[in-house]
Order: sequence, then C-alpha cells, then structure tokens
Amino acid sequence: MKPAERLKIPPTVMPEQDPKERIHNVKEVPLGYTPEMAMVEAQRCLQCKTPFCIEGCPVGIDIPGFIRAIEQGDFKKGVHVLKQRNLLPAVCGRVCPQEEQCQAVCVIGKAKKDPTKAVMIGKLEMFLADWEREQGVYATPTAVRKTGKKVAIVGGGPAGLTVAGDLIKFGHDVTVYEAFHKAGGVLLYGIPEFRLPKAIVQTEVDYLEKLGVKFRYNFIVGKTAPVEKIVEENDAVFIGTGAGLPRFMRVEGENLLGVLSANEYLTRANLMKAYTFPQSDTPIVKGRTVITVGGGNVAMDCARTALRMGAERSLIVYRRAEEQMPARLEEIHHAREEGVEFHLLNNPVRLVGNDKGWITGAELIKMELGKPDASGRRRPIPIEGSEYIMETDILIVAIGNSPNPLVPSSYPDLDVTNWGGIIVNEITGQTSVPGVFAGGDIVLGAATVILAMGHGRRAARAMNLYLSSGRWTDLEDGLELCRAEVR
Amino acid sequence: MSKCMTIPARETMMFYLLTDKGLENIVERAVLHAHAAFREPYFVSDNIHILTIGGQSMHEILYKETLGPDITLYRLYAPDVAAYRQPGQFVLMRISDEGERIPITLADVDRNEGSITLIIQSVGKTTLQLAQMEVGDSIPDIAGPLGEPTHIEKVGHVLCVGGGIGTAPLYPVAKAMKEIGNKVTSILGARSENLLILEDRMRAVSDDVIITTDDGSKGKKGLVTDAISELVEQGEKFDQCICMGPPIMMKFVCILTKKLGIPTIVSLNPIMVDGTGMCGGCRVTVGGKIKFACVDGPEFDGHEVDFDEMMARLNTYKSYERVALEHYSEETGCRLEASLKEKGAK
Repeated sequence: MKPAERLKIPPTVMPEQDPKERIHNVKEVPLGYTPEMAMVEAQRCLQCKTPFCIEGCPVGIDIPGFIRAIEQGDFKKGVHVLKQRNLLPAVCGRVCPQEEQCQAVCVIGKAKKDPTKAVMIGKLEMFLADWEREQGVYATPTAVRKTGKKVAIVGGGPAGLTVAGDLIKFGHDVTVYEAFHKAGGVLLYGIPEFRLPKAIVQTEVDYLEKLGVKFRYNFIVGKTAPVEKIVEENDAVFIGTGAGLPRFMRVEGENLLGVLSANEYLTRANLMKAYTFPQSDTPIVKGRTVITVGGGNVAMDCARTALRMGAERSLIVYRRAEEQMPARLEEIHHAREEGVEFHLLNNPVRLVGNDKGWITGAELIKMELGKPDASGRRRPIPIEGSEYIMETDILIVAIGNSPNPLVPSSYPDLDVTNWGGIIVNEITGQTSVPGVFAGGDIVLGAATVILAMGHGRRAARAMNLYLSSGRWTDLEDGLELCRAEVR
Repeated sequence: MSKCMTIPARETMMFYLLTDKGLENIVERAVLHAHAAFREPYFVSDNIHILTIGGQSMHEILYKETLGPDITLYRLYAPDVAAYRQPGQFVLMRISDEGERIPITLADVDRNEGSITLIIQSVGKTTLQLAQMEVGDSIPDIAGPLGEPTHIEKVGHVLCVGGGIGTAPLYPVAKAMKEIGNKVTSILGARSENLLILEDRMRAVSDDVIITTDDGSKGKKGLVTDAISELVEQGEKFDQCICMGPPIMMKFVCILTKKLGIPTIVSLNPIMVDGTGMCGGCRVTVGGKIKFACVDGPEFDGHEVDFDEMMARLNTYKSYERVALEHYSEETGCRLEASLKEKGAK
C-alpha cells in the first residue's frame, strides 16, 4: 500500500457504550476494536523511517513494529513487540495521554493538522493487550538464573509494578510491599472501573506473581517496619509510594459533611466497590447535585462517578478556562457526553452548610484570565463582587495531590524537595541514599501512569546495573542511554 | 500422593508435604483461608498443589472472650503488626472481600506469640459480623500499626481517663506511663457495671483506680468529670491527663481540664478509609488547623480539638450504616434482627 493510500484512510472510531446507558453502569466506556477494525487502523501507519512516535513514548515502545504486526494479522507477534518495552499495555492503552505523547508527534496527525486524527496508537495497544488476555496466551515465563540479590519495592502502583516486572526477569528476588490489601495503587483506588476495569489490573498483578514476584499486602513501610530495616535487609530498594496526599482548598466550610477529597470519593467507589453498596460494606455519600472542583483527569473521574452513583446533576467547577484544563480531551469529551456540566472560570471561596453540618452550597466567585503565570497558563483573577451561591449536596475537592510523606518523613536520610518530592538522579532514579532508588509520583508529584512506568523502567535498568556491579557513583555512565535521555 | 501447599495463616511461604489422609483437613482449611481471601489456588501439576494467596498473610483468631454486652476481646495472629507497634497506635481491618476498612485501636500486643489484642464493641455490620467469627477463623486484612505513637515521658502524676471501650487503647498508654516512672491515677467510666472493661489490667498499672457508672451499679454514681473535680478538690495535682472514650466524654473532660489547667491528650477515632493520609476523611480541626487523625494523630492536644465538628463528621454515614445493617440482618436471618430490635428498644 502506498503512503498516499494510507493517508486517505479515515481514523477508525472505537465503538463506545451509549452515554445515556453507561451513566447507569460502571462497565467500560470504549468497547474495543474488532480484529478487522484494528487491521484497518494499522494500515494508516506510514512505518516512518525515523519514527517520532517511539521518541514520544516515555517507555520507548517499538510502535511501528507492533502496528506492522497488527496489519499483518500477527497479533501474537504484536503482543511480543509491545511487551518488550511495556509490561502493562492493557493499562497504558487506556490511560496514557497519547495525544500529548506518541500521537502528538505522529506524521499522520501532523499531515492532517489534528493530533486526534493521528494513528490511534493507544487504541491499537489496548486491542493487542485485550486480545492477549482473551486468548489466555500469556507467555509462560522462562526460567532465569537467580542472582541471589534481594530487592524491595515500596508501593505496588504503576512505577513499582514496572520495576518488579523488570527486575524479576533479570533474576533478582523481588518483594513488593503494598499498604492496601490489593496491588495496583492508583490503577485500583483512583482510576474508575468504567475507564480501567479492575480485572485487567488484577490480571497484570497475577502475571507478576506467576513470574515469581512476592507481594506483602497491608504492609506500610515506615509503620509496619521502619524504612531502615527494609533498606538493611535488601540489596536494593525502590520507593514508588505515589502522590497520595490530597490537597484541600483551605476555604471556610471545608470540613462540612458531604465535602470530601477526590481520593476518598474514588477510593470508596473503586477499591472498596461502594457502587455495589450494600452488597459491599463501604458506603459513599450520595446526593442529587454533586460539585467537583478541579480540571484534571481526576476531577473528570469524580464527576463521571457521581453520575453513576445516581446524581441528577454533576458539575465541574474550575477556576480557569477549558483550554487550560489539564484533563485529557477524551475525558472532557466523555464527561460532556454523559451530561456533566462545566462551570469554568469559577472558584469556590466559601462552603455553606445547614444546622446538621451538611453542605448545602458553595459560594463561587467568577474569574477572568490575566497574564501567564509560572506554569505558562494565563492566571485566573477573581472578579470582585461576582460571588454567588451554587446549591449542592456533595462537593468533591479534586485540585491535586502531593507526594505521600509517609516514607520520607520516617526516613530523614532521603533528600526531598521543599514540596516533599524525593530528589533523584533523573536518568537512574538514584536517591541520596546508596542502594535506594525512587520514581513515579513520589518524585514527580501527581503526574501520569506512563511517566511513573517510564521512571520505573529506567530505575530498574539502573538497579540491575547497581546490583551486578556494586557501583553507585556515576552509575549512568554504565547505561546505554536512549536519545531522549542524552538530550 | 504428595501435596505441596502454603499455610497462609502462619507464614506466607510455608510448605507442607501431605502424605496421608489425616492431613487433608489442613488442606481444606487452607483452601478455606484462600477462599476467604478470594484468591484462587493454582495447581502446578496433578499431584502437587501449590496453594498460595499471594503473600496475603491471614490473621487467625487465637482467643476470643466476651467482656460485656456486645463487647468482645479478640487476640489475633498478626506478627507484622505486633513487631513494631507502640502505645497509641491502631490498625485498619477488613474482614471479608466485600468488607469495609475500619480503624480499630490496639489494646495490647504479644511479640512472642506474634499476636495483637483488640477490644471491639459490635455496633455496625462489620463488628457484628466479626462477633460471629470463632477461634480458628481468620481475618484476611489487618494493616498497621498506624498513627503516631503516644509521647511517653516522665512528667510526674498522670491522670488516665477511660470511657467505655476507650479503656482498651488507654491501657497500653497507662502501662507505658507507669513503666517510665510516673504516678498513675485512673478513672474508668461506663454507663453501667457490665460495660466496664479491663479493670484488673488497669489496676495492675495504676497507683489508684476510681470507677464511675452513670447508673451507680459500680463505683461512684456519676460521670468521669465528677470524679476528676472531686480529686482536684481533694488536693490532687496532675501534670498530664490522657483521655480516651466517646467523643462527648472527651469533649467535657477537656472543657474541665482546660479550666483546671491540666494538659490533656485525647485519642480520636474518626472515619477513615486508608489510614495512611490518603483520603483525608479523618480530618479534624486542631488549633484552627486541619489535621489528619490517621497520620498526624490519632492523639492530639484535647484543648485544641474542635469536638463539635468531629462529632458531626462521625455522623456522615449514619443513615448508610443503618442500610448496611438491615441488609445484613436480612441475609443472616432472625437472630440478628432480634438483637437489633433489642438495640432499637434501648
């Protein structure tokens, strides 16, 4: 097929559950490609000689490679190519911001002057991973020679699971310490079922277990055992405890009943399955009107969860305009389709309640955009005298999370930034303590699953070198670096 | 035929070879444990079954004792929690796959046995369900120890005030305060004699113990605050008060001790999900600032705590808890319903 012909093929739309239907269930919204759809979509890829998409991927997946395999109908090979660089493709295909990464630099998207018309790399990735799971042809792990080195992974989220998967393949003895009763971190407690079915996460964790990774659940490093002990008893340690500290707005009335953090709302709904209450024991507050404050993916998740919990009105209140919203376009689009109302350029200044202490409304002030701030986005400025009350039964604060302080605060040897992130060598993930590595949101602050996995991948490579050489200083000199890292 | 299996109740990776039928029971039991944790055992070959629940260490009930109406003491196998636990800390517990995570204070630990002691009053679905479990049964999830430990220091004369099952977390603190060389006076309050717990243990670590009951069925008739006032009137000087019990009791003790100028520590038990600072459900206002009880507490300067707000927040899920309870009693039949009606009548 000639490039011109490939260019003519329109993007293959993935079928989705009808918005009117899906707000009454927690089933996944996109329904997946059929093999035929995937093969048509794969034909759109030009197989560029210099594939920018690979550079755009934080874990450097051979994207043209797996797409070529799909085009040829060799899905097994496609899975193999995909899994060489990405341990959790079923997850990444669903939650990666492809429009900012691989698809942002795709030549097709550029030719069409619209990144949403690029090759649907994420959807193809999701297709392959789902195909593999449905076939049950999970590659049986090949026996590797044991190195006898012990590694502890603190935190079973995306970063930790990536490190665990890589290091077990190098033959190390890997134990993951997880504070919750299940592994997956934000994939379990944060991202809703309708965006990432939990069975997928469990399959990935089960796979790691089959590879030989040991999991210690309900184990809070820094509490159940001191960090020092874990460091002493292992040859290397990876800290991937995430950004689990919810930020609040610090406005009057924030402790009213019915005001809760996005973390609490989503953890109840997802990890604790409050959507089946009272079959499951964990309740979640319900109300006719639910306001979610914030403009990121987490805010979209909350607003969409609220609809599924029976809210008649679900509102997003965000202090900037739509162009500045950090949420993925697809999430905003899905939320809007489902009937979420967007009240942009509005900011709560005070929450009001009744005599029982329950929230009844939020006093919002209208905002206008001023000059760009440090983040490069135009700064929102309150319009004086524009305050008004928006009635609500529930208010969810989804304005971000800070790095979880539990490990750093109980282990003062670790150098941290003034906002609580662990300081690391960007290439190797080395911390200020020899033998201890870190990555993911505990380093970045609240970022994305794929960036955490990229960190995990790089740290695993460096940890393997450290474990085999015993060298700590100038560790990156011994690593083969990819182009992006050298740059 | 040999079977290779994991016994999850003790060690996550302990293998037993089973060669005769006599040991089949252990297999069954382990399978039960595995099912309790809702993780499928997987089979390596026809004659070797590796039963693993993925490092999920189960917590067997080693001992159970009824201390009063709906008050039960449990000793559970939880060596990880016991190893580093200090007075003042708590655990989060989940007793089934559909279960909620509930914070429970620790009354005691035994490091040799690898056990923890919890004293729990059956008030909601989870605690009622737990009360139905017997010695030998296992609980899938116990996470901890959590929270900041009590600051144990020799200050002179310490007043320990416990209300109802609040005496459970108070006991290890009183014990540590005594061991470091403080004089310890304890006041234990309850609605009625049968709701008093750990009196003997508290006597063993206190120089003096005063009992108060609302109905006068034991000790002095009245409230703990009456007893505090009386002691102070008699000329007793206290350098520190530690108060654990129902929020309303802690509130009034703090109002009194503030007036009397006795620094007071209280232990709060608000709604929590994760217990590691992640959800913020447990936030309380202390000295005008928002604190998370799970990581900043659970103990705070009682004179700075906004008790009214905290008590209101505890009601967040009251109506839902009733639904859960009704659902549970429908499932389990009349026995519980009867017990609920009895509660309702009270």
